Amino acid sequence: MTKTIHIDGNTIPFKEGQTIIEAATAAGIYIPHLCHHPEFTAHGSCKLCTVNVNGRNCSACTFAAMEGQEVLNNSQELKADRQKITQMLFVEGNHFCPSCEKTGNCQLQAVAYHLNMLDSHFPHFYSHRELDASHAEVIIDHNRCIFCTLCVRASDEHDGKAVFAISGRGINKHLIINSESGLLKDTNIEATDLAAHICPTGAILIKHTGYQVPIGERTYDHQHIDQISLAVEQTDEN
Amino acid sequence: MQAFVKNIAEENQYKATHLLRILHAIQAHYHYIPKPAIEQLASLLNIARTQIIGVIEFYSFFHLSPRGRYELLISDSITDHLLGKHALTDYLAIKLNVAVGEVRTDGLVSLDNTSCTGLCDQGPAGLVNGYALPHLDHARIDQISELINQQTPVALWPSQLFQVDDHIIKPGLLLNHPLTPGEALQSTFKRGLVATLAELDTSALRGRGGAGFKTASKWQYCRDEPENQRYVVCNADEGEPGTFKDRVLLNSYAQQVIEGMTVCAAIIGAQQGFLYLRGEYLFLYDKLQQVLVERRQQGLLGNNILNSGLDFDIDICLGAGAYICGEESALIESLEGKMGIPRNRPPYPVTQGYLGKPTVVNNVETFLAAAAIAHLGGDWFASIGTGQSKGTKILSISGDCAKPGIYEYAFGTPIETILNDCGAEELLGVQIGGPSGLFISDLELQRKLAFEDLATGGSFIIFNKHRNLLDIVNNFTRFFAHESCGFCTPCRVGTSLLKNQLAKIIDGHGSAGDVVALEELCVLVKNYSHCGLGQTAANPIISTLARFPELYQSRLKNISYEPGFDLDASLENARQLANRNDAAAHLTQVEQD
Repeated sequence: MTKTIHIDGNTIPFKEGQTIIEAATAAGIYIPHLCHHPEFTAHGSCKLCTVNVNGRNCSACTFAAMEGQEVLNNSQELKADRQKITQMLFVEGNHFCPSCEKTGNCQLQAVAYHLNMLDSHFPHFYSHRELDASHAEVIIDHNRCIFCTLCVRASDEHDGKAVFAISGRGINKHLIINSESGLLKDTNIEATDLAAHICPTGAILIKHTGYQVPIGERTYDHQHIDQISLAVEQTDEN
Repeated sequence: MQAFVKNIAEENQYKATHLLRILHAIQAHYHYIPKPAIEQLASLLNIARTQIIGVIEFYSFFHLSPRGRYELLISDSITDHLLGKHALTDYLAIKLNVAVGEVRTDGLVSLDNTSCTGLCDQGPAGLVNGYALPHLDHARIDQISELINQQTPVALWPSQLFQVDDHIIKPGLLLNHPLTPGEALQSTFKRGLVATLAELDTSALRGRGGAGFKTASKWQYCRDEPENQRYVVCNADEGEPGTFKDRVLLNSYAQQVIEGMTVCAAIIGAQQGFLYLRGEYLFLYDKLQQVLVERRQQGLLGNNILNSGLDFDIDICLGAGAYICGEESALIESLEGKMGIPRNRPPYPVTQGYLGKPTVVNNVETFLAAAAIAHLGGDWFASIGTGQSKGTKILSISGDCAKPGIYEYAFGTPIETILNDCGAEELLGVQIGGPSGLFISDLELQRKLAFEDLATGGSFIIFNKHRNLLDIVNNFTRFFAHESCGFCTPCRVGTSLLKNQLAKIIDGHGSAGDVVALEELCVLVKNYSHCGLGQTAANPIISTLARFPELYQSRLKNISYEPGFDLDASLENARQLANRNDAAAHLTQVEQD
């Protein structure tokens, strides 16, 4: 017998060991997320994928699917709160979509559209963040970092280079670079590394390639993030 | 420096799990962690330099830039504030000619605030190079300033400056009858391990750290895991502001606490234990090591304990100023030499704890009680208390009362009885369970100390009617923003938003909408945070807003919307640049009719 869970009343099969988000994705149900990536160890930090399981809030990306779970994913409350969590990410850093090269290809921006976020709601922190343009091919704009650790995990688990880490505490968290100088130019990162491409925002960009695809013709200009995310992640899993 | 760092790494067998102790040694010697030391350690321990930098930046007691050769930290707990901490810090800053948060230009002394040091019954308190300084007053500050300016080594300072008293005011079931070392172990071996676990089950002992999980179940789950290696961890990272009972238990009842850990090891089958001592209790470190030495000599620790065939020993690990490490999975991360970031759960530590092995983590008081139960049996303990809360609870009482100190009460005791005993008058309210707990007003004194009603890890802070409640809430809210590990969005951003939003209201810039926004934010942070810190960080606001809404209302401006910044003040730079100060160079916040 196939084991099943219920997401918003729909019966979904799952395989032993799958998390709720994996089972949902396989069944074509999108759960918003930023720090989750099917190829890497689950992190559970952005909290956008929070679902209500048997009355309790859980991160769908880390919580295992178990027989008979009643999962709420699309409730009004969850949608409203996910929007606020996204707004928190926007006010914490400095995100100026119109002048960002990532606009239209940015998952943070696309999730915000998906959640119908129309303003930033919370007061901005106007935090002072640096730019590291020292490397010949890769640039880091710390203003846009949301501490999802995807670059950390991609560099550790895929590239085998451990170029990035997250340091500090609380609102002072920041991305650090694994070189004696602390600068990207003194690491062995290359433009072809997965870590240089995996950033869901515009914090890590490849130099000399800006605006090759015109605004209006970019990934999320045509399709919503739920469709793209499902298409990409279902392929990843197969 | 190279030889020094190499030596320390060698003393620690080049183990990456020992990173915190290695950094403690380097910090104590150089008053910061120099960059070359980080590079050297990375290669000696075979870890990324980023792990070391991460740890240094995570823990408050490690620094990337030099602190003074005398590093003074003043406790920022609300209890220290009640005792006049603010004025004393100002006096200290003047005496030593150093601003708070700064290092004096000659590098001799630095001064800063630190989270609660666990000396709330004898504050205002501070730390000098990590060692606790209770009872600070003008005379002591004069003396300390003199010692620093004369550059007297801290080891040669008069011992009375470091005299920390127990202040056990009302001992009860546990504190009145300390066990003779070895008693609980003898009873355990005589009765049998399974039968002793059954006694613990009968006792219905629940974890004393605050969460209240049933101890026997925790031990049973760990025992049942199909693994060869298991660990016992004593959580002595007593960081909740207003709590200091573990300090007293480790000072005067350490034998029994360690015996409780050893009984646990026997039952679950562990060979190694850890006592994770908060960095603020550095002054207890040598004394506890001595207790371990004595117990090894008496055959109560080490190989073949009491000829039972049990091999078990304990290592003491020192924290470094991070409240979050009181959360059990963060504590385990810290034991492994990492930043104290709570893990995703499940799996829980009983199945995957230290180094991925089954681990029991219990509070100091839980082990104290477990040892007594192992000796005297479950019924003895379960005979007092309430339906869901058996036995007694040891409280750390501080704040506005005549007799602050340690009190032990049977569960079910009304709050009023406790207040009468410690001499609390003109009551405004009591913060039960510390900032993460609940504020109750003087109308709720018939409520009871129990998991069913008012659960507490032991913090009990009393406020009288002359105190400003919003200052208290502000202190607590700032505390959480400072201690948030920053892992998850709702807590990392939310605790700082709470701090700023509350400050906006307290500073008189709030409108009615701001209180609504504050409430909404509280619920969001509570419902979506990753661990207990974020889930409780809004409690001070939630519980006071429910009881004293008029206090918040009284601070509001009588307009529907108030910007988060002062428009006119923001123009000051422009006025200076333009060299004008006429009426047209000023803007009012709200348009006048």
